[in-house]
Amino acid sequence: MKTIVIGVIGADVHAVGNKIIEHVLTEHGYNVVNIGVLSTQEDFINAAIETNAKAILVSSLYGHGEMDCKYLRENCEEAGLSKIKLYVGGNIVVGKQDFKEVEQRFKKMGFDRVYPPGTNIEDAITHLREDLGE
Amino acid sequence: MSVHLLVDFGSTYTKLTAVDLEEERIVGTSKAMTTVKTNVLDGFNNALEKLKNANPNMKEITAISACSSAAGGLKMVAIGLVEELTVEAAKRACLGAGALVNLVFSHHLSRKEIKQLKAAEIDIILLAGGTDGGNQECILHNAKKLADAKLNVPIIVAGNKDAQDEIEEIFTKSGDEFYIVDNVMPKLKQLNVKEAKEVIRQIFITKIIEAKGIKKAEEQTGEIIMPTPEAVLIAAELLAKGHEDVEGFGELMVIDIGGATTDVHTIGAGFPKRSEVIFKGLQEPFAKRTVEGDLGMRYSANALVSLVSPYEFKQYSSYEHDISAAAKKRHDNVDYLPESEEEREFDRALARICCDYSMSRHVGQVEVVYTPLGNMYYQTGKDLTDIRYVIGTGGVLINNEDAKEILREVNQKSNKKLELRPSDPEFLIDQKYILSAMGLLGQKYPKLAIKLMKENLE
Repeated sequence: MKTIVIGVIGADVHAVGNKIIEHVLTEHGYNVVNIGVLSTQEDFINAAIETNAKAILVSSLYGHGEMDCKYLRENCEEAGLSKIKLYVGGNIVVGKQDFKEVEQRFKKMGFDRVYPPGTNIEDAITHLREDLGE
Repeated sequence: MSVHLLVDFGSTYTKLTAVDLEEERIVGTSKAMTTVKTNVLDGFNNALEKLKNANPNMKEITAISACSSAAGGLKMVAIGLVEELTVEAAKRACLGAGALVNLVFSHHLSRKEIKQLKAAEIDIILLAGGTDGGNQECILHNAKKLADAKLNVPIIVAGNKDAQDEIEEIFTKSGDEFYIVDNVMPKLKQLNVKEAKEVIRQIFITKIIEAKGIKKAEEQTGEIIMPTPEAVLIAAELLAKGHEDVEGFGELMVIDIGGATTDVHTIGAGFPKRSEVIFKGLQEPFAKRTVEGDLGMRYSANALVSLVSPYEFKQYSSYEHDISAAAKKRHDNVDYLPESEEEREFDRALARICCDYSMSRHVGQVEVVYTPLGNMYYQTGKDLTDIRYVIGTGGVLINNEDAKEILREVNQKSNKKLELRPSDPEFLIDQKYILSAMGLLGQKYPKLAIKLMKENLE
């Protein structure tokens, strides 16, 4: 069973989507380690190290995601998690911006998958299967 | 006809407490120097003679239970993966079992760290790392390193379940003495130290006691059943929780200031008390013990004064002291007793610092997070604001008229607002020094132990 760390990054307390993600991923056979809301980069990284996670799914709904996610890839590298997949989704930037540009920015920051608002969690599962294997 | 004798083989003194089981009272207490270097029974017999002389009508002793912190106590090493997670879980298992944690290592053990291990005096190693089903690579690396090091120290393996079989092969091959127990952190942030603690106690009873030359005492005292700090923790837990129809005191704290260390025990969940506070980090043990190796009145006096600037020291004392000279005097002469009022005040200042600093390190802290929905708070560690009783024990406090005034240092402070310290507790002093004895007695007679503690803590 593959382990996935999920959580809501930064000073963000939106818990509903987080619970839905946990539910759906568990149903699809993943071992979900949910670190919950108000999580720091360090929390994600420490959890991933101890649980030997294959991917980190970062949620952010309050618009400050871009700042909160800065250097997450670099910090993962520093902690020895060089192979880990990083996904991010939600309202991850301030205001209405062209998603294509947003996606490019986050990919440049080292994220493997970037999702706009309103994405079905099933899409992420398709990508997890592609990225991590069955 | 029946007196139950409780013995504590301490680092300096062998202390006896005699309890009359029928009359349900403490008959008497006594102490004599611990004699580990010659024959540990000499000290015991000296203390027993004193006890009998002081209480000539004492009934026959029908049972004896003993604990020990003699010959340096129980020294352990905690090894884990991430510092805030499995390393911390391993450390808490050791502390909860009454050990001193002399060395702590995280991630992959290096050659330098193995050298440190070889140079240190260690009784038991606790090896953790990874949640069940999580990281195996690190604990396997560390197991191999330990096997190669040929340390000849018992190793308790309390890490990722998935790595157990391979670790078993590694240590069987190397001939190390090892014990495989439940993971101290089976799931992220979940603390599970019960089995690890039991095995630590078993090894302590069967091996460590013998290695330290205390085994001989068992000829007369029966089995030495636990390290002294564990007995104190058990007593505190019993007093807090009560037993069956005997009510306990509720959440409480025990603070023990010694010559070398300051121990703090708290019994209580310590969960966040308000909805805008979110708990972070590893789960806290209900009965929690922390030990501060740099906070002590004698052996640690130099280390202690180095923590505070001369300016800060003035907040703890009303005299102008030559701080480093006074500290050195105590460090070099651990039996030192203050003679002048100024020297007594210096000791009180040291005790106040022990209280204040050990509290800062023991209690939980809050941190503000500014969210679009208003201020939220992270809480790490226990919220102890509602602790009802703070009990002082250890020679310094017991023998001090100002013990309760010294203990007041544990309270909430205006300059330490973010620390979740007790707000308005009642202070009690373990005047007869019976806490560890009551932990021992409580193994068989929990109700009586609670009753005696309620009567004798003042």
